[in-house]
Amino acid sequence: MTGLGHLALAHVHGAARPRGSLTDVGVDLPTLGEVFDVMTLRAGHNAAVVVAGTTMLGIAAGVVGVFALLRRRSLMGDALAHATLPGVAGAFLVAMWIGLDARSMPLLLAGAAVAGVIGAASVQGIVRFSRIREDAAIGIVLSVFFGLGVVMLSYIQRLDGGAQGGLSRFIFGQTAAMSRENALLMAGVAACAVAAALLLFKQFRLVCFDADYARSLGWSVGGIDLLMMALVVLVTVAGLQAVGMLLVVALLIIPPAAARFWTDRLWLMTAASAAIGGLSGHLGASASALAPRLPTGAVIVLAAGVIFLFSMTFAPARGLAPRALRHLKLRAQVGREHALRALYELAEPQGTDEAGATVGDVYGARQWSEGSARSALRGLRSRGLIEMRNGEAALTERGAEAARRVTRNHRLWEEYLVRYADVAPSHVDRSADMVEHALSPELIAELESALREEGRLPRSVHPIGRGGGDAQGGKR
Amino acid sequence: MMKPLHQVVSPRSLDELPEHSAASPLSIHDMTVAYRRKPVLWDIDYDAPDRSLIAIVGPNGAGKSTLIKACLGLIPMASGRVEIYGKPAKAQRGIVGYVPQRESVDWDFPVSALDVVCMGRYGRIGWMKPVSRLHRDAAMACLEKVGLTDLANRQISQLSGGQQQRVFLARALAQEAKLYFMDEPFAGVDASTEQAIVETLRELKAHGRTVICVHHDLHTVPEYFDHALLLNMRVVAAGPVGDVFTPENLQKTYGGRLTLLDQAAQALARAERGG
Repeated sequence: MTGLGHLALAHVHGAARPRGSLTDVGVDLPTLGEVFDVMTLRAGHNAAVVVAGTTMLGIAAGVVGVFALLRRRSLMGDALAHATLPGVAGAFLVAMWIGLDARSMPLLLAGAAVAGVIGAASVQGIVRFSRIREDAAIGIVLSVFFGLGVVMLSYIQRLDGGAQGGLSRFIFGQTAAMSRENALLMAGVAACAVAAALLLFKQFRLVCFDADYARSLGWSVGGIDLLMMALVVLVTVAGLQAVGMLLVVALLIIPPAAARFWTDRLWLMTAASAAIGGLSGHLGASASALAPRLPTGAVIVLAAGVIFLFSMTFAPARGLAPRALRHLKLRAQVGREHALRALYELAEPQGTDEAGATVGDVYGARQWSEGSARSALRGLRSRGLIEMRNGEAALTERGAEAARRVTRNHRLWEEYLVRYADVAPSHVDRSADMVEHALSPELIAELESALREEGRLPRSVHPIGRGGGDAQGGKR
Repeated sequence: MMKPLHQVVSPRSLDELPEHSAASPLSIHDMTVAYRRKPVLWDIDYDAPDRSLIAIVGPNGAGKSTLIKACLGLIPMASGRVEIYGKPAKAQRGIVGYVPQRESVDWDFPVSALDVVCMGRYGRIGWMKPVSRLHRDAAMACLEKVGLTDLANRQISQLSGGQQQRVFLARALAQEAKLYFMDEPFAGVDASTEQAIVETLRELKAHGRTVICVHHDLHTVPEYFDHALLLNMRVVAAGPVGDVFTPENLQKTYGGRLTLLDQAAQALARAERGG
């Protein structure tokens, strides 16, 4: 198998390069020029076919995978892929018995598709007619079909004098043997996937989001599901040759999962997933064209994995690092607001905003560590909200305004929670400035008048207007 | 703050609905529904009065959601038939709106509030056609009606529970249906959302619509609804709230849970005082 790969791609490296012995496991480092040639499809016909084909496959899988992922059918794709093995072997045997060319690619792929569909249908059948859950059903079907395939392969091996009819290449994939027809098949599958996603975007979106609602509109949800499943079959079968049945599911899952980190819009997610899938196929095939000992399918999947890791860590919308950063910023902001409130409340008994407070007062009031009190005060000072006079913090004019606003919001929320304690806390948007957006004007007016009676309502900075909540009397 | 309904969606479809015959918005004949051969609903017969707000009330496991799902054709019936405005339910899907339980979907799904409301228009848009500007505007108007204009482009997981429920309500409004089924629209919402939903229901009724809600809170049934259907695997009682909301019927429905009966009695008394 590796020998074939070397033969097919030998001209990429050129005859001048000395090739290592068979026992040499090292990988020759390609030159930059070679890298460029392969990436831009100029490194000879065969390498170009492989790179273009796997790129197309990645795009197709990226598009189809989005809907499979959102419909929670990704692992069905895995069951389906494993179930193709007995199909390939069965097609080989049948062709041999009736005297056709047993190595004909369309025949083998047709066998794969039929068996894959039977596998997927078996999962559905088990879930529907027994009490076994889908994950268990997938595990059963996946392993039984694959086991059957392996048994059939060993039978073929005896018939075929040890060659297995070259069928084991469907398990791990073997890009090097990819023909022009295979690449065209992948382009065709990609075209189908993109066309279906464009034309039936509404249907796919609604069925993935809320299938019952789609049914209530009179849609045939079963039919739409079937179409999405058919696309998964197409991608899987087309991907057998390139990445193999064990890994093809990775191309259906990883690109959409990575794309989800970048956006909250379905069509953007679909486009990003197609791009990530295509890029993975391109990078993986290029890498293994440059270093022929690398198994292409695995390298494609690894490329997708690296992109996933990068997306999960750094994507601005939902990545972990930006989220951690936002969290830290929010914590610092909450700290500053707490400090503002502490300063306001320290001055409140004197009815003035002018009183100064030491760091000790602030962290005593909030039961903070000295360090966090200091860093909160530092943040306020750098924003011009407080001044330090003789080691005491005093609110500036802007700071006093901010402190009143923060305290007012906080007390309104507090009052709201006390009065409407039956409302789940998750329904309370605590980001302090949001009180006007989250609660109705009538409710705010009610809460304000309650606070005013207790003399706890800070002067309103921005008049609330609506609902008569113009609270000027909060501070005697 | 809220515009009347006829200003926000195309006026024709709301005020000049083609007059159906005097048939009831919903007639259920002899419906039995079974899960795994165990019946959950037995021989349901019910005629919903036209232009009314109807509460389906009953204990957990009484089959309330099952009843509306069977009416919508989402789950198969073991026997019986459902007619909507005098025709088989299947033929009337264009005039039936649905608000599912909020928990039934994944709110982390990559769509905006406006996208979800646009789904209410999908039944009117050709299969392969995109959502046109016109439909988008109609959806936007429905969002405005539930007070969420500012949040139209938010991803739906960034909305509070009450706001999510309003999005579902707006989606149903966008259907411009004649008969609405709502599965616990008041579940877990804040006070202001509850008020907004009630106002919307009343407005729908004023425009000749009928709304059937699965409802949990016995307190508010007399205040919010005209009719009630007391359900516990079979119809215990059905009719105007004042007639059917009696201690005997509630006892039959809930089986001796006295605290609930007390609540209901208080609620009735309050409603009578309030007129």
